[in-house]
Amino acid sequence: MAIEVRIPTILRTYTGGEKAVDAEGASLSALIDSLEANHPGIKDRLVEDKDGSIELRRFVNVYINDEDVRFIGSLDAELSDGDQVVILPAVAGGQ
Amino acid sequence: MLRIDQATYDAIVEHAKRDHPVEACGMVVGPIGSDRPERLIEMVNAAGSPTFYEYDSTDLFQLYRQMDERDEEPVVIYHSHSATEAYPSVTDINLASEPGAHYVLVSTREHGNNPGPVEFRSYRIIDGVVTEEEVTVAGTRADAVAPAEESS
Repeated sequence: MAIEVRIPTILRTYTGGEKAVDAEGASLSALIDSLEANHPGIKDRLVEDKDGSIELRRFVNVYINDEDVRFIGSLDAELSDGDQVVILPAVAGGQ
Repeated sequence: MLRIDQATYDAIVEHAKRDHPVEACGMVVGPIGSDRPERLIEMVNAAGSPTFYEYDSTDLFQLYRQMDERDEEPVVIYHSHSATEAYPSVTDINLASEPGAHYVLVSTREHGNNPGPVEFRSYRIIDGVVTEEEVTVAGTRADAVAPAEESS
């Protein structure tokens, strides 16, 4: 069974306009690789290489079943069939 | 062009003045596809900063879920600049992620928490390109009152 991933407007260029797509993976990083396989380019918008380690981008929020993944292991956060993942870009800025 | 009613316009200005010198932030949402800013939602600036704003991640999630349930979308995304002009900063431009929204900037640098005119300007920010647009308040041109008076 797949995991539903809700895609924000700004990233729908990668999903052919789809608001939600299915992906697979036992962890968030595996899920993102699965997304990338079907929607090339999307991974780079979600994660970045920071001193050799791959991390979630600072201004990208990902939620698993309503919970911000930063509180549950970030890219190592575990996923099970039927979980729902929501991606939301931060609303932020500064002068 | 951004069309906005007087009460919503006033509420945004009031929020910006109240939170000065911290940057105030929020959204006005409306029915999907309507381009009508109908429901104002003041957001907490989780950064609590005079030079930066960011929605708390849990607040952000709740906001988008609520919009989803109500078939709404962001129509206006506003924040204030408390020391600089009402023009999107490089950070604002880089982080703008709602190409369909009107990005409203209010500058409180002239009068702070006190009564007095503010700069209230609106922009489209798409793929890093900023385009200013006219603001029409309740059927009247806002330009006449929007720019802050020059002080010595």
